[in-house]
Amino acid sequence: MSVDTMTQVEDKRNKNSFWKNIPQVYYFLVVVLVGGLILDQFVASGNILANPSILFNILVRSVALGIVAVGQTFVMLGASIDLSVAYTISFTAVMSSLIMQGDPARVPLAIAIVIGFGILVGLINGMLITKLNVNSFIATLGTGLIVKGVLNGMFSSGSLGSVPKGFQTLGYGSLGPIPYSIILLFAIVVIGWFILSWTKFGSHLYGVGGDLLIGRLSGLRTSRVLTIAHIISSLTAVVAGLFIVSRLGAGNPTVGPDGVYDLESVATTVIGGTALSGGRGGVFGTIAGVVIFGIIDTVFNQLGVDTYLKMVIRGALIIFAVASYSVRSKREAA
Amino acid sequence: MANEQIKEATPMIEVRNINKAFPGVQALDNVSVKFLPGEVHAVVGENGAGKSTLMKIMAGAYKPDSGEIFFQGEEVQMNHPVQAQNLGVAIIYQEFNLLPERTVAQNIYLGREPSKFGVINPPQLNKQTEDVLKELGVAKMINPTALVSTLSVAEQQLVEIAKAVSLNAKVLIMDEPTASLTSTEVNLLFDLVATLKARGLAVIFISHRLSEVFGIADMITVLKDGQLVGTKNISDVTTEDVVYMMVGRTLDHYFPPLGVDEDFGEVVLRVVNGENDFLSNINLDLRKGEILGIAGLQGSGRTELAQALFGAVPFDEGEIELMGKTIAIKNPYTAIQRKMGFVTEDRKSEGLALMQPIRDNMLLAIRSLQNLLSFIHPDGIKTSRSMVPELGQQVDVRVDSYGKQAQDLSGGNQQKVVLSKWLASGAEVFIFDEPTRGIDVEAKARIHDIIRGLTKSGVAVLMVSSELPEVIGMSDRILVMHEGKIGGELPAGSSEADIMLVATGQQNGNNKNKTAAKDGGIQ
Repeated sequence: MSVDTMTQVEDKRNKNSFWKNIPQVYYFLVVVLVGGLILDQFVASGNILANPSILFNILVRSVALGIVAVGQTFVMLGASIDLSVAYTISFTAVMSSLIMQGDPARVPLAIAIVIGFGILVGLINGMLITKLNVNSFIATLGTGLIVKGVLNGMFSSGSLGSVPKGFQTLGYGSLGPIPYSIILLFAIVVIGWFILSWTKFGSHLYGVGGDLLIGRLSGLRTSRVLTIAHIISSLTAVVAGLFIVSRLGAGNPTVGPDGVYDLESVATTVIGGTALSGGRGGVFGTIAGVVIFGIIDTVFNQLGVDTYLKMVIRGALIIFAVASYSVRSKREAA
Repeated sequence: MANEQIKEATPMIEVRNINKAFPGVQALDNVSVKFLPGEVHAVVGENGAGKSTLMKIMAGAYKPDSGEIFFQGEEVQMNHPVQAQNLGVAIIYQEFNLLPERTVAQNIYLGREPSKFGVINPPQLNKQTEDVLKELGVAKMINPTALVSTLSVAEQQLVEIAKAVSLNAKVLIMDEPTASLTSTEVNLLFDLVATLKARGLAVIFISHRLSEVFGIADMITVLKDGQLVGTKNISDVTTEDVVYMMVGRTLDHYFPPLGVDEDFGEVVLRVVNGENDFLSNINLDLRKGEILGIAGLQGSGRTELAQALFGAVPFDEGEIELMGKTIAIKNPYTAIQRKMGFVTEDRKSEGLALMQPIRDNMLLAIRSLQNLLSFIHPDGIKTSRSMVPELGQQVDVRVDSYGKQAQDLSGGNQQKVVLSKWLASGAEVFIFDEPTRGIDVEAKARIHDIIRGLTKSGVAVLMVSSELPEVIGMSDRILVMHEGKIGGELPAGSSEADIMLVATGQQNGNNKNKTAAKDGGIQ
């Protein structure tokens, strides 16, 4: 504490301006978008980002990641992490496809079963972390590996079962010009935002993640809050799994790990400004992180740039974003 | 204040015959105090007197070993802070319990958000908060929707008070509430305390600053070494009485004799115009064989000076001369290399690796000097390990095994381990920051002996301390910090009053003839 900061009492009213409330990641989003447009103009003469169908496609490709990342944001706000999502996605895709067997009448049963599975995984994760005090990284890594083992043991890789045509509407249909998938993502983001900003549970989750001790002293049921956050995370993985299988038409045990949904959901959440230490951030930041990944992917794919270069750029972006946040918060603290 | 009234009123909260021991220290010894409604009750005592322990027991954070707690006349068990909170006991620690990334309103109503079916109504939340702030007359200063991280310390304290009021607290405990406030802010706080008192709260006020205590309290309780010295009506005592009660007769009891001229050698450490964000115009000389005491109020730059010298938060400007050579100390590694040792204020977070064996803690500094690959050489490990028992004897650590974890030791023994760490490194300049904070009297005396013993072997010591008796009892010269500068230098044997005058900026040392205001403040 410097002498300076102690002696000055400024007027701090009305500090809460509109501009201050925009997550910092949106500046990155603008930079990436502008960078993409420039690249587009010079290399592809404006054919990529000017094309509405490609723009939509960026979002559609981001839907599965976006949904999982919303759930990941919940657990990370609680100072936890969920590395089991990729295998929960695989399990959902395989199970739902196997149960449906192309029969529309069996869709509700399949959905009910995978939702039950999601709740179970989330519950187990939450209990391991809050009751047995297993570090969240290890606990969810463990449950993820168990689900992977069960999947690989029971099923060969490759397509399994099939989903009815009607179910595929979720993946390919649209309401007017807007694809259902984008509506789905939008709905999940809005629900996530509502829960975090407008419910007691959301407020308590920020409390638990911000400082567990303060949460306890305020009478929060910290274990329950964190367990619910894990159930939400697993459920978003289930929704993502259902969406993926509706696009693919059939389940495959490798869809989750192939999409690297575990690490990418963590990465986009972090880019979105949610602190790994919990208590700070939100879904709007996360979704910007997801869109940034989507733009980079699309532009580079369209330009035929080497995939490995794409990885380098993503990695650099994660580090740069997080470094800039921590530099900023250090400056604020000083 | 009518005496009859005090006798008749039921105490809001009362403790009877409270005992509490921590490893190596009897923190509270048979303490009984009554706190009446509509009264500001100050609890004073030196560091380690047991004030904080007593407060934590009333707030449900600690369980007493024995004794009873009565709330509004009924015996209660306080097993958990939430239980105390629900009864109506609120406590504001020096470290605030606020979430920096949440708004004022979200913090005040955390866990008690106004809601229907789990859905919060933010406008109502903010309105309720605004109402509480208005009640306290601070609505103009604090916006319910401001993030706590944007508020000053004083404003955060107001938020804590507002939270207590919103909880319908009947007892409000404040631990050193003025420690980091400016005088304007202190006045504001006192106005607020008067408001709370008028509302019938029992306000318990822990402080080191006696002038403030006399300005605001109705009753005063003095603790010393965990025992109750007495509870007095403030109008019945003078500052001198209270100082005497706090310090007792043991003031110069346990200090080793000061150094004599033959002990002092050449200047080993010299700072010329040292400056950084927290400090300016720092000039000092430290001679071989002497103890240079650094005093000052909290926030005056005492600790920052120690950290700058050791390179933890280095000087940006100016020169440091060590053993006649101008060097740059930009990090603790350089400082250790240059044979400096640093015994920190906060043993637990800075001085010790709590989960590591005592042995490894002792050897930490010397190992940091060894080549990173030297562990391959078995002799390296053996020689350093063989130093351990000798070191332990030197500082008188009392343990059955050096393989035990450092966290199992009492505060006094932990501090000895930190000391031995630097002894092992062969340091020639020692910097102590609060060397005896929170440790018991016996261990204190032992550590004072060790520090003096160091100077006899030719080591130069710079000792930062907030305990004036310690500064006075130990120092061969005293530098008093004031607002990030050296306010003045005082000779050995200066009085507490002399130091306080310089520390509060009323006098700049060197001419210490005028009789001092009997403040007696320690912090």
